[in-house]
Amino acid sequence: MVVPLEHVIALSMVLFSIGVLGVLFRRNAFTIFMSIELMLNAVNLALVGFSRYHNSVDGQVFVFLVMTLAAAEVAVGLAIIIALYRNRQTVNIDEINLMKN
Amino acid sequence: MYLSLLFYFIASIAVGSAIFVVLNRNAIYSAVSLVLCFFALAVLYLLLEAYFLAVLEIFIYAGAIMVLFLFAIMLLNLGREEALPRFMQLQRSLSLMLVLIFFFGIFLILFGSSEILDPPVEKFSGGGVYSLGEALFSKYLLPFEIASLLLLVGLIGTVYLAKRKI
Repeated sequence: MVVPLEHVIALSMVLFSIGVLGVLFRRNAFTIFMSIELMLNAVNLALVGFSRYHNSVDGQVFVFLVMTLAAAEVAVGLAIIIALYRNRQTVNIDEINLMKN
Repeated sequence: MYLSLLFYFIASIAVGSAIFVVLNRNAIYSAVSLVLCFFALAVLYLLLEAYFLAVLEIFIYAGAIMVLFLFAIMLLNLGREEALPRFMQLQRSLSLMLVLIFFFGIFLILFGSSEILDPPVEKFSGGGVYSLGEALFSKYLLPFEIASLLLLVGLIGTVYLAKRKI
């Protein structure tokens, strides 16, 4: 392996934490969505690292499935955000409180 | 030796662009920076000998998903996100604290015990299209079919959501 597994996992942890930070910090729905993509990618990196480490292709199959899921998720999620913008003229999630009353 | 240096260099690019994604107020800049992050991750996959996934990362993430993102952002013509009102600044520091607790929690769990990490296998056989396809069509055939069903459901859901009145 090029680097020890610990370093791959540490990088994956850092990227995942940055993604969580983005979900908590930002109020633009697009940026939150992009942070979720970042978290998925961090998990993918960890899976690829483990797959290389254990000399097995199973982890890469999981990454493949996660990528499929991400593609479907982005299509549906962006459609929801655009429908929301059509109804409320905003993508700021603090102003979207339809279910509050 | 050079490859490990390349790994750390690309890893720092990935982390830097990820931080830029999160801290930027303009969604377009975030999206372009996220594309850079995906390219860096593709190089990392190459270094970890996952060749097919590196290509897929560029095709699916940097190609399809981020183009969709940029298209949607430009369609809505958003400006910069306005600054947070004063009384909500507490939320921000609280969330930073939560993330730090989360980070160190995982750190302690992962690196507290070192017996899970044996010396790695040097020779890696998988990573190409052949071995991945073999696994997908024999051992993981059912998840593969379910993934195709998921894509179909996503397609139908998107078409329904894109109707004029919902």
